[in-house]
This record gives sequence, structure tokens and C-alpha cells, in this order.
Amino acid sequence: MTSRVTTFTEPAALRWQSVSPAAGAAMLAVLGLLSSDYVTTVLGFAFIYAIFCTGLNFFMGYTGQASFGQSAFAAIGGYGSAILCTDLGWDPVLALFATMALSGVAAVIVGYPTLRLRGHYLAMATFALGLIVYEITIEWTSLTQGYMGYAGIPPLGIVGFELPTVKHQLVALVVLALFGVAVANRLRRSRFGRALAAIAGSEPAALALGIDVARYKLIAFVIAAIYASAAGSLFAHFVGFISPEVFGVTMVVQSFTMLYLGGIGTVWGPMIGAVIVSVLPEALRGLKEMQDIAYSAILILVLIFVPRGLAGLSSLFARFRRNTEPL
Amino acid sequence: MSVQILSAGRSSLLEAREVSASYGHVQALKPTSLHIAEGELVTILGPNGAGKSTLLRALTRLTACRGRLFFRGTEISGLPTHQLARRGIVMVQEGRGLFAQMSVRENLMVGAFLHAAETDRQMAAVFELFPRLRERIDQTAGSLSGGEQQMLAIGRALMAKPQLLMLDEPSLGLAPRAASEILSTLGELNRRGLGILLVEQKAPLALKLAQRVYVLSLGKIVAELKPDEIESHHDLARYYLH
Repeated sequence: MTSRVTTFTEPAALRWQSVSPAAGAAMLAVLGLLSSDYVTTVLGFAFIYAIFCTGLNFFMGYTGQASFGQSAFAAIGGYGSAILCTDLGWDPVLALFATMALSGVAAVIVGYPTLRLRGHYLAMATFALGLIVYEITIEWTSLTQGYMGYAGIPPLGIVGFELPTVKHQLVALVVLALFGVAVANRLRRSRFGRALAAIAGSEPAALALGIDVARYKLIAFVIAAIYASAAGSLFAHFVGFISPEVFGVTMVVQSFTMLYLGGIGTVWGPMIGAVIVSVLPEALRGLKEMQDIAYSAILILVLIFVPRGLAGLSSLFARFRRNTEPL
Repeated sequence: MSVQILSAGRSSLLEAREVSASYGHVQALKPTSLHIAEGELVTILGPNGAGKSTLLRALTRLTACRGRLFFRGTEISGLPTHQLARRGIVMVQEGRGLFAQMSVRENLMVGAFLHAAETDRQMAAVFELFPRLRERIDQTAGSLSGGEQQMLAIGRALMAKPQLLMLDEPSLGLAPRAASEILSTLGELNRRGLGILLVEQKAPLALKLAQRVYVLSLGKIVAELKPDEIESHHDLARYYLH
């Protein structure tokens, strides 16, 4: 559950790797624009999850902490946007920012006592947080409409200018996901990122070097919550409907799969994992009843043969190429 | 057996009064008082399980403890570990506590967390002290030899610009030559004026450097003496010197 890669500087030789996933994301956006709305929608979900997992990676990958409860903040984002836009007539972008701020505040309130726990205890506490919010979305029907869910949520837009089609929205989602990765990477390489890497490496050592571990963990938790909230909010605007199941345990399992498959603690791992896990089941749909088996087998094989995640493949190839170059 | 020797003429750097620590119901450190003067190198000796590491962890608040702590005359009893580091009390833990997946450079950069603007200058000073680290600068800490890891652990602590450096068994697991090299570097740092509190199993080496020695047994200090006085205490000499 801890970070596997806790570095914060990259050798110049590896910088090209930052360009190729971004170019890949742009190509997927183009593919989405040229494909059916169904493919575009699948890719849209992938990039929403990429935002969610980038935040989760911040807390789990960079800081080496465990959180099974980020779905709670996605729910705050999703329901917040739904309520503010459909009931109160807010502008979707304003609602997005407002719910991000609300999630940040909620993360401070929840994280302050919770982050005193470590390891499995922290994992269980955050899991409970996710379950509590999930229950609230079901039971507090006057606010959330329970299992009925919220319908009629407007698409993303600002001051009356809407993104009416899924293709328009996909472009916006790709841009936002890339922006999210860029911000996370910038933070990772900063003094703040160094503190998080130190915490992931050894909390006592980080403390002994003057790092306020509790404070930095809380900040990382808040950042992850803000990303999760943005993802929840974007989901609501992208689909136009939300219900409690969206933010259940499946979301936790799905995001963990994405994170570990793509490469926890890496810059692009969350996005790569999100795209693969979202697209792969659709690509295997032709296998009919064998679809789930094939999907699971591929996940297992990747985790066995590329334990650092798919984002680590490029450095593996680079090393292999260096080693096989003639002297 | 207790022999009181004060560090005459030197002002107090760290003073611990009646510091004690427990793990559950087990009192690992009984109420203990000690002091370190400015620029002094003090060694703590004691058998396994005597409470040496617990004492260092208590002094740096990595372990919850009772008692009072003063640094340069100011009470610091309530301060958490990271605040102590800000005041200049830095500890190199047993096992080194390196960030194994980070490179040497990254470890040193984290060491300079409190003094980020001085990273390059501090790093140059560390490389002057440990030239081998410069050669390994892009290598991960986990891939270094034991001696190099210890150099990195001390170098990283020096990046934090300590006023008082505490080290828990820096020669543990090292070949005699590497251990001797590390301890002589500590001697050099002390000659430059750095206060050092050293817990060390390799007593003969440590005693060559120390100006004063505390002997810890069963969680309490049983002797405070000068290194050359150990010979006159036959039981201590037999245990630590021969």
C-alpha cells in the first residue's frame, strides 16, 4: 500500500517519457472525436478517473499513505454540483470550484484526526469514511434523492456557454486531466514534494530532518480530496445523472486497479491505468462470456511482469536498449 | 560508581532533567539526567537493552517521554521532533533511516529541507567531507555499501545544519575500516565545533573521540566519567575495553 517510487527528480534521459503520454492523451482525444459517441463516452470516463487517480496517487504514491475513502470526496463533488446546478441554478464551473473547496474543508476536518492513524488502521478509517458518505447518499433522500439519484445535471460550461456534446466535453476532460497531471508533477518536484517523498520513505527520518509530517500528510490528503471532488463533479456534468452506486466500493476497487496497473508513485501511471482499465473491457467485449476472464488474466499478467506498473515500461525499455547497445 | 564531571568553562548545549520513557508498562528509560556542552562530544555506552536508543529517541521526541529538556538554556520539553530539528537538534537513527529508493542527491536535498536556499553550498561541504558520495550522486541510497550509506546518513543530517548531532550506533554492521573512517569523520566534525552525542557499541573507537562518557545500564545512567578514567573502573574496563 505504500509508494514504490518515491523519487522527485528525473534524469534528463527520462524527460521524453513525459511528452509521450501527453501526446498519447491528445491522440486519444482525437480518436474520441472521430469515433462514435459510445467510444467518446468510454474515453470520457477514463479521463475522469485519470483525474481521480492522479489525486489518489498524490496521497498514496507520493506520500506513501493508504486511503480507501476518496470516493467520499468524489460524492461531495458529484452531489454538490448536482444540487447547486439543478436546484440552485449555479453555473457548472462555479459549482465545480465550490465543491472542490467544500471537499477541501471536509478533508481537513476528517483528515486531522484520521491521519494520526497509520497503515491498516488508516486504511480502515478511510474506508469507513467512504462507507459513511455512501450511506448518506442513500439515506438522506431529501438532499440526495436516494437511489433515485439526481437527473438533469447540466453539461460543463461557463457563463451560459455549454459544452453540448460528449465530443466537446471529452476535449475539456483531456485538457483538465493533463492539467491535473502537470500540477501534481510540479508539486512533486517542489520542496513540498520532497517532504512527501521523505514521508513515504521514512516518517521518523522525515521528522528528524525537520519535516512536519502531520501537516504535510494533511495537505496531501486535502489535495487528493480536491482532485476526487473535481472528478465527481465532472462525472455528474458529463453523464447528467448521478446515483449512490457511482460512489460505492466499486469506485475504490476500480481506482486502486488503475493506480497499481498504471504505476503508483509515477507521474503518468494514474492516467495510463485509468485509460487501460476503462478501455480494456470494451476492447474485450467481443469475447462475450470469456470477457471477464480475459480481462482479469491481462491484469494479473501485467501486475506479475510489470510490477511497477505500465508507466515503468518505458524506463525498462530504455535500460534494455542501453544494455544492448554495442560498445 | 557515579563520578560527576562537569564540562567546566563551556556553556550548556543540551540538558535533560529526569527524562524517562516507557513502552506500554515497561519502563525502558528510568528518570535520567544528562547534559552536553557546546562543542562537546559525549558518548553513551551500555550493553544491549540498556536503553541507549530509547534515550536518543526520547531526547529527540521520537518516543514519548516525561521530564524536561533545555537547549541553550531554553526549555524545549513540549516541542515535537520536527521543531527540535529546526532548532538544530538532528538525529541519525540506528539503521540510518535513508530513503532507499531516492538517489544520493535526493537524500541530501531532503536533508536541506529547512535550508533549501543553501542546498548547493551545504552539498559541496558534505562532498568535501565524504568525496565518495559525490561519485555516487545519482545512485540510489539502497544500492550503496554499508559504509557509504552511513556517510550519506551523516551527510544528510549535516545538510540540516545541526548544532547538536545525535548518532545511534553509526558503526553498526560496518567493516572495521569503514567504522574507523566514520568515527574519525565525527571527530573532525567535533573539532570544527559541532556538539555530538554518540551512542556506540565499538567503545574503544568511541572513547578515543569522546570528551565525556555516560554509562547506561538497565535504563539508567550508572556512571559519568572521562574516557581515560574507564581504566580505573575494572568492571567497566573489562566490559568495554578488553
